[in-house]
Amino acid sequence: MNTRGLRSQLKDSVPVTGMGQHVGAYGVQDTLRSGFSSVKNELLPSHALELSEKNFQLNQDKMNFSTLRNIQGLHAPLKLQMEYRAARQIQRLPFLQSSHLALDTLKGNDESISFEDILNDPAQSEMVGEPHIMVEYKLGLM
Amino acid sequence: MTQTFLNAVFLENAVLEAEVTKLGCNIPAARKTGTTICGVVFKDGLVLGADTRATEGMIVADKNCSKIHYISPNIYCCGAGTAADTEMTTQIISSNLELHSLSTSRMPRVATANRMLKQMLFRYQGHIGAALVLGGVDCNGPHLYSIYPHGSTDKLPYVTMGSGSLAAMAVFEDRYKQDMEEEDAKRLVRDAIAAGIFNDLGSGSNIDLCVITKGRVDYLRPHDMANKKGVRTGNYKYKQGTTGVLTKSVIKLDLEVVEETVQTMDTS
Repeated sequence: MNTRGLRSQLKDSVPVTGMGQHVGAYGVQDTLRSGFSSVKNELLPSHALELSEKNFQLNQDKMNFSTLRNIQGLHAPLKLQMEYRAARQIQRLPFLQSSHLALDTLKGNDESISFEDILNDPAQSEMVGEPHIMVEYKLGLM
Repeated sequence: MTQTFLNAVFLENAVLEAEVTKLGCNIPAARKTGTTICGVVFKDGLVLGADTRATEGMIVADKNCSKIHYISPNIYCCGAGTAADTEMTTQIISSNLELHSLSTSRMPRVATANRMLKQMLFRYQGHIGAALVLGGVDCNGPHLYSIYPHGSTDKLPYVTMGSGSLAAMAVFEDRYKQDMEEEDAKRLVRDAIAAGIFNDLGSGSNIDLCVITKGRVDYLRPHDMANKKGVRTGNYKYKQGTTGVLTKSVIKLDLEVVEETVQTMDTS
């Protein structure tokens, strides 16, 4: 689980740039796909923990890699990051949920249960994407 | 995937709450457990105690709720604060501890459960309102921890938490002795919870105890019904024939059957 916190790492955390809005043609926000936008919602965090939780996994990884580098040398985090990247590339088609099994095993998440595993089960999701449209969007044909 | 979900949750809930309170409507109060919970270490193990009242603002929501949660066969946890938070937190930690114990092939230790709980509560900076008394017996003997919502923990021989904690602590401070016998420890915890029940509005109803020793757990629910609901002394139903019948007239209504449908139910 968590390792000891390193204050020096926090300054590198990813700043909030936006809630992942879909960008449509001409770089304008895609209202059809992601609804109306509000500048206030994008700039200011709406909950005290929003930034902290958004960056949590990133900060954890940074801490762990830094400790690993100090203990075992540069090769250890490099090898691990390469394996993460490879595991992340194994996906299904766009509208199917990927189980991220390889990535979870590498990160050690297969031995712990947290809120992400209990809440928002993709099998219970109320919305189903249109397979053809989603694949076309992913391939850039839309 | 998980990040976008968490962002959406924060956005929607926090923004909605802000907008609704601006309009003047009150968000319904979360069900708190008010509560007196406590634990004490005795010679061979420890005793955990809790009352059984759950409040929703000024109303009693549950007269007999269970506040002593299972974490592992040798570790139990009492929870004060928001009822949902204590329930879900203890369940998550119980699952994680089981996975951990399977992975290490050893009986889980209380210190592990403590560390998992405090790291999770600190991560959420006190927004998870769960104040816990964690106790268990592992290979190193009996251990008792108190865990506060912001993530600080204390390892002590006797602890109390909840709105009735001061009343219970007063009893402990007066009568606690090191290396007590099991019966003395049970009586002490029972009296401490009773002090919380009778002197604090947020605690009430019965007293639950959980005695944990090496190889044995006694989950006594209820150990003592301190507040039995009263029995009605009189019968207020009128006997048949109390009211005299003066006249009786029967009027037949002519109803004709217009339509009859049969709908078979699949009761398999």
